[in-house]
Amino acid sequence: MANPDVGITMERINAREKLFNRICAGVLIAFALLWLVPLLWAVDTAIKPNAETTRTTWLIDNPTLDAFTRTLRDTDMWSWYGASFIVSSLAALGTVIVASMAAFALSRMRFRYKNVVFWAILAGIMIPGQVLIVPWFREFDALRLLNTYWAVILPQLPAAIAVFIFKQFFDGLPRDLEEAARMDGASFFRVYRRIVLPLARPAVAAVAIFIFVTTWNDLLWPLLVLSNPDLMTVPVGLATVQGAFGIRYADTMASAILGAIPLVAVFLLFQRQIVQGIAGSGLKG
Amino acid sequence: MSTQTPVHTDSDADRGIAPTAPRPSAAPGQGRPAAAFLTPFVVLYLLFIIGPALYGLVLSFTDASLVKPGLNGGAGFGNYAEALSNADFWSSLWHTLWFTILTTPPLVILGFLLALLANRVARGRWFFRLAFFAPYILPSAVVALIWMWLYTPALGLFDTMLAKVGMTAPSWLGDAAWAMPSLAITTVWWTLGFNFVLYLAGLQEIPRDLYEAAAMDGASPWQQIRSITIPMLGRTTTLVAVLQVIASLKVFDQMYLMTGGGPNFATRSILQLVYDEGFTNYRVGYAAAVSMLFFLVVLAVSAVWFTLVRRQEKVV
Repeated sequence: MANPDVGITMERINAREKLFNRICAGVLIAFALLWLVPLLWAVDTAIKPNAETTRTTWLIDNPTLDAFTRTLRDTDMWSWYGASFIVSSLAALGTVIVASMAAFALSRMRFRYKNVVFWAILAGIMIPGQVLIVPWFREFDALRLLNTYWAVILPQLPAAIAVFIFKQFFDGLPRDLEEAARMDGASFFRVYRRIVLPLARPAVAAVAIFIFVTTWNDLLWPLLVLSNPDLMTVPVGLATVQGAFGIRYADTMASAILGAIPLVAVFLLFQRQIVQGIAGSGLKG
Repeated sequence: MSTQTPVHTDSDADRGIAPTAPRPSAAPGQGRPAAAFLTPFVVLYLLFIIGPALYGLVLSFTDASLVKPGLNGGAGFGNYAEALSNADFWSSLWHTLWFTILTTPPLVILGFLLALLANRVARGRWFFRLAFFAPYILPSAVVALIWMWLYTPALGLFDTMLAKVGMTAPSWLGDAAWAMPSLAITTVWWTLGFNFVLYLAGLQEIPRDLYEAAAMDGASPWQQIRSITIPMLGRTTTLVAVLQVIASLKVFDQMYLMTGGGPNFATRSILQLVYDEGFTNYRVGYAAAVSMLFFLVVLAVSAVWFTLVRRQEKVV
């Protein structure tokens, strides 16, 4: 790397850079610790007995998991987990299927008005779901689908951003293999299913995880359509019981942590895909 | 960051096909398989995006009610006229803008600075990603529970910490002047990780040798940042800022969960106004009109973005 002639200068530069980098690391660590305080404080509170929570100290005299068992017993947490898991998985699966199929047509086939179709779909990115809650509510009321999981899942499926991501990814894939397969008489569906989709696993993972997380976290729309306690998702359930704990702060924090655990697990498992997915496309809920 | 598409790519990627594919006119039509592949998405798209958008537009010109079927008679521009002359509408719009003003600069600037620092640190990047990004994937309800506990008067962590250094804490969520900044602080903590990750990706696309060349020429780290990093991140900044403004304008959860729009409606956002008018007062027509006006604001922001991106593309 370093040319011997400039070795001395490089050394000086390296020393200066090293100092600068050390300062950078110090500031960064301070911020990261600051960012962790709310989460650590929530955990700290949750493992205290309720009576101890009013003394503001990180020290815990009698650590206990009682708040967690109480919360699991007294709330419908398991039912909320189930509901969130069902709607988020189905939304992710459905979006991946319909969006990747549409993107495959847009990327690989020749047909009239292709650009019109592409731009018409892309325009959908401009329409935030939040401005559609009023017509959606009437529509799902007319369809008799209020208080069903369909009301949460269906509006998530036509995600224009997902089509865009898949199309970008498909466009970047080499075509030799599929052209050979087409020559051998493979149908488009076979090419899509057996060649393109397996190659597009990073895009599939990014879209699936993104839709899963956004559906899991969505509050406004599920709040409107899931008034039946048996169907409530985690955010809706937490929102409806948040006042019920009163001054039982350990229980309140235990419910928050229990509500967070599934997504923290998803995050730890798929950290790389989540981060790359966001970096690659600028997805935002 | 291997095979992923970069943050900005020319959307007209069709050109990639052009060299290998024959001219469209000479090619046998693939309309039928294309239709089969497009149909599931397009049907859902028409049913749940385009259809409802048009239906919402229609509703906004009617007196439709949540508790009565049908459109309940036309209202002309009545709903729009009412919204534009209604103090509640303007105050909600202002609260939404105020929240956007309070959150966007810190979220963009901190996201940039922390990514810049993280990019210089070789080890432990997973730890920083965990610390900054983990909050972003939490449901708003979880964030609200944690922060309401932090903000709890007298007993909360913030109040006791400030008391220890001899300061009196404000009534974070209970004071009309403090409620919005408090919600903004929570939001910065919650969503910073998103911008952090976008900036980190942008930073990694800047070629290393640019810095090495500058260092050889004797440029200090600070000069390198000013003359290489910041200009090279121009497009990332545009993207981050616009996504941030749009996300902030769409705020609902934090207010709904932490202040209920209070105290005394001081933090009611525009989406909560839609929620209140449409689903508490059953005024579907009016709520649809407010939604449309809000949509126009979001569209205007997106239009500004496109103009900025166009200009940047011309310069580069």
